[in-house]
Amino acid sequence: MVSGLAHPDVVVVGAGIVGAACAEALTAAGLRVLVLDRGPLAAGTTAAGEGNVLVSDKEPGPELALARASRERWPRLLAELDADVEWEEKGGLVVATTPEAVEPLHRFAQAQREVGVDACTLTPAEARALEPHLTPEVTTAVHYVEDAQLNPVLAATTLLAAVRRRGGETRPFVEVSDVDGERKVTGVRTPQGTIPCHAVVNACGPWSGSLTAKAPLPIMPRRGIVLVTAPLPTVVRHKVYDADYVGAVASGDAALQTSGVVESTRAGTVLIGSSRQRVGFTERFEVPVLKALARKAITLFPALAGVPVMRAYGGFRPYAPDHLPVIGEDPRLPGLWHATGHEGAGIGLAAATGLLVADLLTGRTPHVDPEPFRVDRPEVMVA
Amino acid sequence: MKVTVDGTAVLARPGQTVAAALLAAGRTAWRDTRGAGRPRGLFCGIGVCFDCLVVVNGVPDVRACQRVLADGDDVRTQHGAELPR
Amino acid sequence: MRVVVVGAGPAGLAAARAAARQGASTVLVDAEPSAGGQYHRGENVVVPQGVEHLANTTVWAVEGTRLHLRTGPADAPDRVARVLDCDALVLATGAHDRALPFPGWDLPGVVTAGAAQAMAKAHGVAVGRRVVVAGTGPFLLPVADALRKLGVDVVEVLEAGSPLAWAREPAGVFAGRGKLAEIARYRAVLPRYHTRSTVVAAHGENRVTAVTVAKLDRDWRVRPGTERRIEVDAVCTGFGFTPRLELAVAAGCLVDKGFVRVDDRQTTSVPNVYAAGEITGIGGADLARVEGEIAGTCAAGGTPSASLLKTAHRGRVFAAALDRVSSVRPGWRTWPDERTLVCRCEEVDLAALRTAVEEHAALGLRSLKLTCRVGLGLCQGRVCLRNAAELAGIPHDADRVSRRPIAAPLRLGELADTPLTPALEE
Ligand SMILES: Cc1cc2nc3c(=O)[nH]c(=O)nc-3n(C[C@H](O)[C@@H](O)[C@H](O)COP(=O)(O)OP(=O)(O)OC[C@H]3O[C@@H](n4cnc5c(N)ncnc54)[C@H](O)[C@@H]3O)c2cc1C
Ligand SMILES: Cc1cc2nc3c(=O)[nH]c(=O)nc-3n(C[C@H](O)[C@H](O)[C@H](O)COP(=O)(O)OP(=O)(O)OC[C@H]3O[C@@H](n4cnc5c(N)ncnc54)[C@H](O)[C@@H]3O)c2cc1C
Ligand code: FES
Repeated sequence: MVSGLAHPDVVVVGAGIVGAACAEALTAAGLRVLVLDRGPLAAGTTAAGEGNVLVSDKEPGPELALARASRERWPRLLAELDADVEWEEKGGLVVATTPEAVEPLHRFAQAQREVGVDACTLTPAEARALEPHLTPEVTTAVHYVEDAQLNPVLAATTLLAAVRRRGGETRPFVEVSDVDGERKVTGVRTPQGTIPCHAVVNACGPWSGSLTAKAPLPIMPRRGIVLVTAPLPTVVRHKVYDADYVGAVASGDAALQTSGVVESTRAGTVLIGSSRQRVGFTERFEVPVLKALARKAITLFPALAGVPVMRAYGGFRPYAPDHLPVIGEDPRLPGLWHATGHEGAGIGLAAATGLLVADLLTGRTPHVDPEPFRVDRPEVMVA
Repeated sequence: MKVTVDGTAVLARPGQTVAAALLAAGRTAWRDTRGAGRPRGLFCGIGVCFDCLVVVNGVPDVRACQRVLADGDDVRTQHGAELPR
Repeated sequence: MRVVVVGAGPAGLAAARAAARQGASTVLVDAEPSAGGQYHRGENVVVPQGVEHLANTTVWAVEGTRLHLRTGPADAPDRVARVLDCDALVLATGAHDRALPFPGWDLPGVVTAGAAQAMAKAHGVAVGRRVVVAGTGPFLLPVADALRKLGVDVVEVLEAGSPLAWAREPAGVFAGRGKLAEIARYRAVLPRYHTRSTVVAAHGENRVTAVTVAKLDRDWRVRPGTERRIEVDAVCTGFGFTPRLELAVAAGCLVDKGFVRVDDRQTTSVPNVYAAGEITGIGGADLARVEGEIAGTCAAGGTPSASLLKTAHRGRVFAAALDRVSSVRPGWRTWPDERTLVCRCEEVDLAALRTAVEEHAALGLRSLKLTCRVGLGLCQGRVCLRNAAELAGIPHDADRVSRRPIAAPLRLGELADTPLTPALEE
């Protein structure tokens, strides 16, 4: 092991998008940061993320506030770093395909507009003008111009490159087995020895619940599977999803839920989600899930029926019982900070999360209200 | 058997794959890539590499080395990524 | 009891025959229109008595011992779906040629040795008129010979390694004495055979018109000053074989040193799943046949004879020696230049791969793929991922490289309509 940073101010555990964003913001604040990951950089849940930076799927509340702050920060951060991470302000289109779905969708959009979200209700003809291949069955749609997309792995590795440029260090293939300290953090334990430090950021994604037995968290994995088509000419222009998606995101049900979520990547492939299943960390792929995803995508875009599917991949969204991120210092072990539980929105929420962690850790005025995400809320302290 | 390749009539034997017929007719390339527009043809010969794609009867992304010709098939060059007709 | 065998090459055919002989209801599935696999391509192979052969049938997914099939013309959007459950599964999916990148390897006219062989055997079609065959391993000779028989001018046959290495493998030589004696069959092409040499560049605009060949040192680096230019209209290249592991990996079988791990009864780590042929190690058609017979016998509840087990053991001694003698040496990594495509599908060149590693510290396969798109195209990394990992210096397990839960592409509409359970009459 190369020597590197002997006395970091902060050790960030986990080099996913959340850990990367925390490390970026902490080094920008002048701290010496060491990032550790037991695997390669940005190869966990972040490598499974589709890279949407969304406001459309969130109802008014703390998560929407964090999402809006993050949506604002991402392009500025990327500009500061002069980075091309395939950032695209493509916009989102939420589509209803039944008469019954019209009214709830309009109500949802109205509530979002009241807190400042740009949500524009469209007629079926207007929706099809935006998305020419959209099903003629569309009954209404809402256009969210703020929805954007980036390549999550490029984004995470770019943030980590900035960390290194500022004198920080990123060390892949180092597993943290525990956090040392009784009344406060004194270091992290690794197979290569203990690394002394006074602050640790737990950004272990779906594995963050068990980083240390001194401060367990009820963070669980929620499996998601994505289908990938062969590269295509442009068929899908926005992020397009079925209005029933919002219900599935918010649901706590363990059973399989799927809803149609369709979008293109810059490479020409179309990504098809989304499934949500609480099945632990299983790597198995079940044909019924793949089939359900295919059906829903064709419902939205009948033209996709003849297109080859070349891949399916999965990941584990880290979720907390109340479906809110956990961001802040752990009162059980001062010096231990958590940045986790972002579930299906960690890519989008990372930019604001990193800044919030840096705000709190350096004692600055937080840029968003941290209260709803605090670690000692009852839903999180059940563990 | 009669098939057409890029609009021209070509004779083919039953059991012949698209790739075999094209090679026998003196073609080495029948696709161009979607990035740089590079010409491509046969490579692995057994359906593994997906380099030999053609459009058969309006359906793109058909592996020429795997697809056995049927009488009357309409085969044409695939240009980059295409949508099925 | 029902035994399903996937792959109708030498291994699968033998497995199906043995299983049927044991009295099992036996189904043999293969994507090709006729049985025979790579070895018997173009021959009129008779499917063993009592075996139901599903030709033109691709296995696109496996869930435990449940298989999802599509039957019909390759890549057609309207193939017939079928779900097949079985009591025992024998995987015999074979291998494909390994190709190494060099400048110009993506020009039309540059094909794998197996592609030339398949075209020659199945269709009597030659891939060119003036051809160089280059790569490593004993497979180059039958390919060159098959081309010669079609009237092709085989200018040179270039072996990158050195068969002198067999001198260090007395046990392997003895175990494979029959195989090695076969080389005499190819005496017509032997005068054109050069060792420690290969094609290091292919030239041409829209197709290959010439190659540069060069001498190699022990590690396969080019020996400067030995380059020669040869006019050709085709190049056949093959650096050994890569097993087709996706179904085995999807079934959960343990993969060890690049191949499905089996015991001497061809049992994988998953109960009731057997594997035989090239997916368990590259040993040629004879060994594949023996392993297949053992696998089929055991899958159907029988006991293989001691002499069969002994023959398999001898075959493996030879295969292991062959693997050492014809192993790909690291110097190949100096052949591609910055502009050489590593990934043909997504057109990712070596420079882009380097940027991913050096600037983005993409040190894992997944992050490498997602930072530069290597291996994300239609072939799903079958051709490039192993090479890309070696070029990037990333340790790679064959099971990671071969993780493809959708083992063969199907149309989205086919997936949307797929039956989830076997039809009632099954
Ligand atoms: C292109 C090529 C040509 C070759 N030619 C020769 C030769 O002429 N002489 C020689 O000695 N060796 C040859 N070999 C070497 C070859 O590996 C043989 O040693 C032998 O054929 C291996 O037998 P096998 O049964 O293990 O597999 P194979 O013969 O490779 O048979 C595997 C079979 O599995 C089928 N299959 C794979 N995946 C699926 C799926 N998902 N669904 C349905 N079916 C599937 C394939 O269609 C194939 O028919 C060749 C290899 C290749 C790649
Ligand atoms: C299919 C799918 C699609 C998604 N699409 C989107 C989307 O479009 N938009 C969006 O915003 N979000 C999306 N998400 C969610 C998003 O991917 C996650 O919220 C986000 O990646 C979480 O990032 P993270 O950094 O917290 O976790 P991870 O990326 O999982 O990073 C955690 C890291 O910690 C490391 N680690 C764990 N334990 C230890 C230890 N003890 N020692 C050292 N290292 C350790 C791991 O190796 C890992 O690299 C999607 C998720 C899935 C599964
Ligand atoms: S030549 Fe490789 S798939 Fe056809």
